[in-house]
Amino acid sequence: MSATSNQPLLTVDDLRVTFPTRTGEVQAVRGVSFTLGRERLGIVGESGSGKSQTGRAIMGLTPSQAKITAKTLALGNRDLLSISASECRHLRGKQVAMILQDPKYSLNPVMRIGRQIIETLKTHEKVSNAEAKARTLAMLEAVQIRDPERVFSLYPHEVSGGMGQRVMIAMMLICGPELLIADEPTSALDVTVQLEVLDILDKLVADRGMGLIFISHDLRLVSSFCDRVLVMYAGRVVEELPSADLSQAQHPYTRGLLNCLPTIGSDRHPLPVLDRKPEWRL
Amino acid sequence: MTTVPSPNASSSAGPVALSIRDMVVTYDEFNALDHVSLDVAEGESFGIVGESGSGKSTLLRAVAGLAKFGQGSLEVNGQSYSGSGRNKEFYRTVQMVFQDPYGSLHPRQTVDRLLLEPLVIHGFTDVDARISRALDEVGLGAGFRFRYSHQLSGGQRQRIAIARALILEPKILLLDEPTSALDASIQAEILNLLEDARRARNLTFVMVSHDLGVISHMCERLTVMKTGKVVETVAAQALEKREFSADYTRQLLVASEGFRRG
Repeated sequence: MSATSNQPLLTVDDLRVTFPTRTGEVQAVRGVSFTLGRERLGIVGESGSGKSQTGRAIMGLTPSQAKITAKTLALGNRDLLSISASECRHLRGKQVAMILQDPKYSLNPVMRIGRQIIETLKTHEKVSNAEAKARTLAMLEAVQIRDPERVFSLYPHEVSGGMGQRVMIAMMLICGPELLIADEPTSALDVTVQLEVLDILDKLVADRGMGLIFISHDLRLVSSFCDRVLVMYAGRVVEELPSADLSQAQHPYTRGLLNCLPTIGSDRHPLPVLDRKPEWRL
Repeated sequence: MTTVPSPNASSSAGPVALSIRDMVVTYDEFNALDHVSLDVAEGESFGIVGESGSGKSTLLRAVAGLAKFGQGSLEVNGQSYSGSGRNKEFYRTVQMVFQDPYGSLHPRQTVDRLLLEPLVIHGFTDVDARISRALDEVGLGAGFRFRYSHQLSGGQRQRIAIARALILEPKILLLDEPTSALDASIQAEILNLLEDARRARNLTFVMVSHDLGVISHMCERLTVMKTGKVVETVAAQALEKREFSADYTRQLLVASEGFRRG
């Protein structure tokens, strides 16, 4: 499934993201390293673990007051740390794309859906209006929107959450990026809609041979969706393992995360809780 | 689609604590609740599951008097209540915990002030002892008493919200997605806290969640809702044994088991 080419799609070595605060510097990401081929990688952790800041640093969306350092942060053989802002804008959307949690906030509320998608396309490619529209409609169809013509001329508030997230996926994939970062792409959706959206995402990623970084708090969901999982705690990767071996997780944090979920049919009262050890932070 | 719970599931053990008959809540012309009936026995833990827009939160809000119901009847501990307006006695019996701990605590009041308010309203005199006991009970202790809510984490805030609900020693607790804004490990702590409180005080729970796992862990019986109607009411064990009839329940169950490729 994951074709390993010689050159990794993305190389992250010793990534650190530091925020200045009134009480001194806070390291949100403390030395994260991984390489990504054309595969699905999951990054799991709880709030404050640094999983989203890792994704944002790759995307070049770290707030300006924060400091990013890394031994290597490269997309293919392009160093992401030294490129200019305009080069970064060129990459963003074209080669790396990102899906955020809630389409209510990530789509422009005063622009029709079709125009938003065309805007993305025209930023990166020289295409005629007619071709842009045709490609947009085809993309909306690819995310299984039944009536693309109608949705094309709707505003984001006129569509449901699941539909909005499909629009978001369409917008992100229209320029054919090599790497897609999905930050909690289904957490704002209803459970039954979640599966539909994941299914669409899964097929598109497989068909187009993209690399995917799937960021989520939901360990079970990530492991059922990805080939490989990184578990983050307090800004560090505490464990990396193939999704299939999740039940053999070694780190007590990973095991704790797995155990603390109430599931149907398991009668455990009280639920096991995480006993956070200070040495996990080291 | 019938609103009458199936007979094998409604085998309520004790006297009825909460009884809802044909409740209708209408917003403009939209029926948020469409003839919903259910009974919750005293000491029972009752769950309501459904997707957004199913009316599950509206049901709790209508019981608590936060949403007006146009038709139907509501009985709590034998007392009848109308569509709007609740007396003090009602709130001595019924308290509610909301989903978002960031939105449900006053940002400019200390924990002490937050917990004092219900006590003053209901004319308690031993406020000092009650506040410190309430904080101990939710596992926070005296060190949190004079903090503001922005100085607390999400889980700590939800503990305060639970303390505020329990401080009046209610009989029935309405829980509207009490853990869905929290991390999984914090969720486990809050669910354990709620179970302990229920056992210690013999409370009746009515708990709303979109998470079947949480509901089947916490509740003995549950109702599945969709578009303002009751789909079915089953015992929690029936989920595990797949002893339910509605196709929608099966869909929810499949969805809660996570993503499968293929």
